[in-house]
Amino acid sequence: MTTATLEARLGNGWKKPPFIPNPALRWSLFIGGLIYLVLAISSIDVNWTRVAEGLSRGWAFVTAFFNPDFVSRGGDIWDGILESIIITITSTVVGIALSVPIGLGAARNIAPLPVYLVCRAIVALSRALNEIIVAILLVAIFGFGPLAGFLTLSFATIGFMSKLLAEDIEEMSKAQAEAIRATGSSWLQWINYGVQPQVMPRLIGLSMYRLDINFRESAVLGLVGAGGIGATLNTAFDRYEFDTAAAILLIIIVTVMALEYLSGIIRAKVQ
Amino acid sequence: MPVSTSPDGAKIWQLRTRNQTLTRWAAYLVAVAIFMWCWQRISEATTWFFVWDAPRIAADIGGRAWPPRWSYMDNLWGPLWDTLNMATLGTLLALVMAVPIAFLAARNTTPSALFIRPVALFIIVATRSINSLIWALLLVAIVGPGVFAGLMAIALRSIGFCAKLLYEAIEEIDEKQVEAITATGASRWQVMAFGIVPQVMPAFAGISVFRWDINIRESTVLGLVGAGGIGLQLQSSLNTLAWPQVTLILIVILAAVLVGEWVSAKVRGAII
Repeated sequence: MTTATLEARLGNGWKKPPFIPNPALRWSLFIGGLIYLVLAISSIDVNWTRVAEGLSRGWAFVTAFFNPDFVSRGGDIWDGILESIIITITSTVVGIALSVPIGLGAARNIAPLPVYLVCRAIVALSRALNEIIVAILLVAIFGFGPLAGFLTLSFATIGFMSKLLAEDIEEMSKAQAEAIRATGSSWLQWINYGVQPQVMPRLIGLSMYRLDINFRESAVLGLVGAGGIGATLNTAFDRYEFDTAAAILLIIIVTVMALEYLSGIIRAKVQ
Repeated sequence: MPVSTSPDGAKIWQLRTRNQTLTRWAAYLVAVAIFMWCWQRISEATTWFFVWDAPRIAADIGGRAWPPRWSYMDNLWGPLWDTLNMATLGTLLALVMAVPIAFLAARNTTPSALFIRPVALFIIVATRSINSLIWALLLVAIVGPGVFAGLMAIALRSIGFCAKLLYEAIEEIDEKQVEAITATGASRWQVMAFGIVPQVMPAFAGISVFRWDINIRESTVLGLVGAGGIGLQLQSSLNTLAWPQVTLILIVILAAVLVGEWVSAKVRGAII
C-alpha cells in the first residue's frame, strides 16, 4: 500500500468551515474591505504633535475622575441636574401619553389603513431625525430653555415607544381580543380589556427603559441650548475644569446605573 | 375577596380592597403632583412670548429655508466621506476593544468573577451611559478638533453597547459544545476558538452592523462640537443663518441615515 492511498483513505485533516461559504464573495469582501480601510485611514490626518500635547490633558482628566470637584460649581451642577431630571420626567410622561394613541394607530391589526399610514409616517419621521438636530430646530423656533428640550425628547419618545408598542400589539393573541369583542363591548372597552392587559407589562418595561434613555439624552441637549446639565458640562470642558466635568459625568453615570437598577426591579415585578 | 356592602346589606364584588384603592390614589396623586411641579419649573424658565410667536418664526424660517441650495452639495462630499469613516472605523475600533471586555464580563468565560468581572461591567456601564457627543466634547479638548476626535468618541461610546450585547450572547451559549471541545483535550484558547466563538459569531456580526447603523446617525452630529464630519458644515451654516444650506444638509443626513439603515437591514437579513 503506497502512502498516497493511505492518505486518501485517511482523508484530509479537518478545517474550520469559513464564515462566508462562497469563496468569491469572501475574497471580494475581504479585498474590498482592505481597500476601504487603506483609503479611510489615509484620509484621516491626525496631528500627532497636537495629540501628544493633549495627552497630558487627557491624563489630567483621568486623574480628575479620582478627585472630582462637586463643590466649587455645586450650585450650577445642582441646577443643571435638576433641570435635566425635570425634562426627563415631563418628556417621558408626555411622550408616552402621546405614543399610546399613535402606537394603537400604527398597529395594522386594529387601525384602518389611512390611520395606519399617518401614524407610521409620524413614527418614521421621529426615528429618522436625530435628537440633537430636532433640538437645534426647536431652539431656533421656541428660544433657549428647557421647553425646547422637553419638546425634543417628547418627540423622540413618540417614535421609539409607538413603534415598539405597535409591534407588540400586532403580535398579540387574537383569541383574547375576540373574546372581549364577543361580549358586545364598545371599541374603547375592547382596547381596554382585550388589548391593554396583553401589552401592559412590556409597555411598563419600555417606559422605564425610555426614562433611562431620556435622562442620558437630556444630558447633551444643553450643548445646543435646550436646557439641562449639558450647558454646564460644556462650560466645564471649555475652561478645562476637568474636575468639575468629572463630577458631572460621575453624577450622570451613577444616575443611569440607579435608573437601570430600578427599571430592572420594576420589569422583574411586572413580567 | 374584596367586597363592599350596599345599604340593603348585599355584598358587591370589587376589584381591590379599600386600602389598595387608597394607596393607588395616593400614588397617582403624588405622580401628578410631581409632573405638575416639573411643568411649573419648565414654564418658569420659558419666555412664553417666544412660544406664542413660534408659529410665525417657524413659518419665517421655513420660508427662508426653501428651496435647498443644491449647489452647496459640492462642499458636502468630503464631510460625508469623513462621517462614513468616523462611523466605520469607530465601530471597528470599538469591536476590537469590546471583544476582550465581553469575554471578561461574561459569567462563563471570565477569569475571575470576583475581581475582573465587576471592572469589566463598570467599563461597560460607564462607556454606555455617556453620550457620544460628550465623549466628542472631551476628546476635542484632549486631541484637538477633527475627524480623529470623532472617531475615538464613536469608538469609546460603542464599547459598552457592543460588549454588553456580546457578553449576554456569550452567557447564552450552549455549554454542551464547549464540553465536547474540552473533552477532546483542547487548550483553553482552542476551546474558546472552536467551542465559543462559532456560537457567538452570528450575534457578533449582527451587533456590529446594528451598532454601525447607530454610529452613522451619531457621527452626523458630532461635528457640532468640532469633531469633524458633516455636522461641522451644519454648525457653520447655522451660525451664518444660511438656512437653504441647512435644509440641504438635513436632507443629506436623512438620506445617509436611511441608506445606513437599509444596508444594515440587508446585511443582518443575510447573516441571520
